[in-house]
Amino acid sequence: MTTPIETDVVIIGAGPVGLFAVFELGLWDLKCHVIDILDKVGGQCAELYPEKPIYDIPGFATVTGQGLVENLMEQIAPFGAQFHLNQMVSKLEKKSDERFLIETDAGSRFLCHTVFIAAGGGSFQPKRPPIPGIETFENKSVFYSVRRMEDFRDHDIVIVGGGDSALDWTLSLQPIAKSLTLIHRRDAFRGAQDSVNKMRALVDAGHMNLKIGQVTELIGSDGHLDMATVKTAEGNEDVTCTRLLPFFGLTMKLGPVADWGLNLNENLIPVDTEKFQTSQPGVYAIGDINTYPGKLKLILSGFHEAALAAHAAKKAANPDERVVFQYTTSSSSLQKKLGII
Amino acid sequence: MAKITFTTHDNQTFDVEGEDGATVMETAIKNAVPGIEAECGGACACATCHVYVADAWMEKVGNPEPMEEDMLDFAYDVRPTSRLSCQIRISAELDGLAVTVPERQG
Ligand SMILES: Cc1cc2nc3c(=O)[nH]c(=O)nc-3n(C[C@H](O)[C@H](O)[C@H](O)COP(=O)(O)OP(=O)(O)OC[C@H]3O[C@@H](n4cnc5c(N)ncnc54)[C@H](O)[C@@H]3O)c2cc1C
Ligand code: FES
Repeated sequence: MTTPIETDVVIIGAGPVGLFAVFELGLWDLKCHVIDILDKVGGQCAELYPEKPIYDIPGFATVTGQGLVENLMEQIAPFGAQFHLNQMVSKLEKKSDERFLIETDAGSRFLCHTVFIAAGGGSFQPKRPPIPGIETFENKSVFYSVRRMEDFRDHDIVIVGGGDSALDWTLSLQPIAKSLTLIHRRDAFRGAQDSVNKMRALVDAGHMNLKIGQVTELIGSDGHLDMATVKTAEGNEDVTCTRLLPFFGLTMKLGPVADWGLNLNENLIPVDTEKFQTSQPGVYAIGDINTYPGKLKLILSGFHEAALAAHAAKKAANPDERVVFQYTTSSSSLQKKLGII
Repeated sequence: MAKITFTTHDNQTFDVEGEDGATVMETAIKNAVPGIEAECGGACACATCHVYVADAWMEKVGNPEPMEEDMLDFAYDVRPTSRLSCQIRISAELDGLAVTVPERQG
């Protein structure tokens, strides 16, 4: 087991609210590590609507989702938070020394005094395609990612989708597959042109199949797939298939947050509106994941929550210290932290 | 204003009025038409506002933009008449539009 990273605060979720929390905690000298399951920061703004304009961020008449994320990253840069992407926080546990132990599915471990849950609508996870009964084959024959290529060797692989993940795995797995069929509902692909060309060359050379249609049925038993039925313009066709890899994008699922022993209310974490603390002292919840009377799921509300929760966390971490409220405009000590003077 | 008829997969029909400039999805939500979920609120980011446009209306409604085509890849039982209703903007031209709601949204 790896030695845990020791830090003041772990922030779960790198959406806009988690990012801004780095700033507010940084002003109070609290050092943060930020964890997100996505391969990039920015949460919904970066994943769902990077190019759409947002019109209700105070002080910005308009800013795009990605633009907001970039500005936030610039704003929090002075605090040197460390990011751990592509990892899902699976465990949150209170230790006997009053600290929290956090573990991710990639094996990283953290020990901290304070936890900020900024998990938004939950963790982004692969979408289950609408094929009846698919769940009975999951993790035996149906996979949403490739953890070990060897598990696919000498299999009849069917990959579904038209984006980069579908194309990249088609190119990587084709050499070790018994057979490989790529299925997409139309003869146009979202992925990189270079990958599309390589895939088409493999089809022309007879090394793989491309079918334009949709998978409508899975045939097999006890979780073991034998066939996938594909509906094409010509009619239904059965394709031999012992491994299915559907790439249908991402959706938000609450995920492991539900297992951390916190009170929940309809998949949201109830908090007070003074500290934004959960039922577990030392664990705060901010942004879309929390709920309280009057809650609005707005980015600006999440920013407010981050400021108040950071203040509360500072007071809790240093009960004997006098915590002096200051403005960034005029406080030389805050400006030093921001690297301005 | 345009009259829009939504038919659900179990053949209930909803005749509603849509405002010019609003989207077909917004009109469905406002009138609580079942089967349109619109999780992403019209950002063309979820494909849960999928509808089938009646054949006779296909030409007037037009074809999806590439971004919508990409999103349609994630919808259930996509057909040649499939559109994401948050991407269909209402105008007087579409008065009488008829769409069918699929059995499920993803
Ligand atoms: C299309 C669209 C348009 C919108 N427009 C606006 C608007 O105009 N104005 C506005 O104020 N708001 C808008 N919103 C809402 C706004 O995006 C959200 O309020 C905001 O993203 C919430 O931020 P957050 O940081 O709380 O959570 P999120 O942005 O949801 O980020 C949470 C992050 O936590 C990660 N995570 C969760 N659980 C785990 C775990 N166990 N381990 C690791 N990582 C985890 C997730 O992967 C995610 O990246 C819009 C939303 C959408 C979808
Ligand atoms: S409402 Fe999400 S794509 Fe239309």
